[in-house]
Amino acid sequence: MNLFTPLSWHDSGFILTGILNTVYISLVAIIIGTVLGLVIGFLRAESNRFANIIIGNILDILRSVPLIIQLILFSTYIGAMGHPLDPFFAGSIVLSLYTMAFMSEVFRGGFESVLPSMRTAARSLGMTYWQTVWYIRLPIGMRAVFPSWLGVALSVIKDSALVSVIGYMELLRTSEQLISRTQQPLMILLGVGLFYFIISYPLSLYGKHVERKMAI
Amino acid sequence: MDYVFYWGVVYKAMPQLLSGAFTTLHVSILSMFAGIIIAIFLALGKMSDSKILYGIANTWIEIARNTPALFQIYMAYFGLGAFGIHLSPYLAVFSALVFVNSGYLAETFRGGFQSIPKTQYSASKSLGMTTFQVYRHVILPQMFRRIYYPLTNQFVWSILMSSLGILVGMNELSGETQRLQSLSFRTLEFFMVAAAMYFVITKFVLISADLISKRIFKGDI
Repeated sequence: MNLFTPLSWHDSGFILTGILNTVYISLVAIIIGTVLGLVIGFLRAESNRFANIIIGNILDILRSVPLIIQLILFSTYIGAMGHPLDPFFAGSIVLSLYTMAFMSEVFRGGFESVLPSMRTAARSLGMTYWQTVWYIRLPIGMRAVFPSWLGVALSVIKDSALVSVIGYMELLRTSEQLISRTQQPLMILLGVGLFYFIISYPLSLYGKHVERKMAI
Repeated sequence: MDYVFYWGVVYKAMPQLLSGAFTTLHVSILSMFAGIIIAIFLALGKMSDSKILYGIANTWIEIARNTPALFQIYMAYFGLGAFGIHLSPYLAVFSALVFVNSGYLAETFRGGFQSIPKTQYSASKSLGMTTFQVYRHVILPQMFRRIYYPLTNQFVWSILMSSLGILVGMNELSGETQRLQSLSFRTLEFFMVAAAMYFVITKFVLISADLISKRIFKGDI
């Protein structure tokens, strides 16, 4: 009797759930991370040196501790404190904060790339402070950092694979379970790799294309 | 619910944690060196006129850059088994790191090389320099300056990525932490200390890279 059943079409629904979960948690992390990163990036571009050092060091913790440790630490911490969270929520909180740390740096660069003379010009046309932020600095600065934003977003999609360690059923975890049932690691892993590649490669090409177009 | 922190166990396990940290450093340094060497060839391949060399280098670089690191480690650890290659956890993490590092660094090197105008080459030649001298004194020093920060970033990134060794049972800092916490069930304490150690290691690398750069790039940029 064979204990292991080979991969079959009945597994496609399972794999599809994994794919959708990966896409879902990546989108959540990218959206929340972008919004938070935008706010913090703006604060960093506007605040003085002292405040900047404090914010910078806090963000550095998020950036220099491996994501996998952050995930394990957070999910055990909330568990030990008596409020266990669903893996999806725990994963998206950690992944969003992690994304925020990188995005804030990108957006800070964007806000600072708009020259002071341009702000002065806008103010002298009678715009209020928030109008210059909204109509001048945001559109011009954000366009300049779009390729870097895309780069961070792509790395988040790839890093979302790590949420599997706290039990979220994303693509890599579903494939792991399929591997332990079918004992065909190579084929399944190649399929998983192909999926990430198909999402990531066209976007990275697009990013390069935009970068080249802006350079000219 | 109250959680009572108990640090004694962690304190007693400090030697093992430190040896784990040592393994982390050691696998990332080795993989950086191997990665740099392969990356030079990949960058040359990507800039060459031969379609085949370009194809190989490009495929390698794009696969390394567009798939998750976790996938690459799984591939090295579980996937290669299908070809009868069974790597130890250390080797699996090491080869995955080398694969990714070389892919990213190849693009860095290529960018650094192409950022130096071709006219500098002709200008140095017309001053009577040999090709070796041109590279030694004009092109490579400038190129090194441009790739210095990407190189340090990549190094930090490999330190952080080696933490994925936890999933294949490697005995680097995270794997060691995982093993020790499963002996004592003090998960929080152990992972907090591991996080602090990672923070210290990366900060140390970044600060020393900064100090070195101030020393060797004195005066310019």
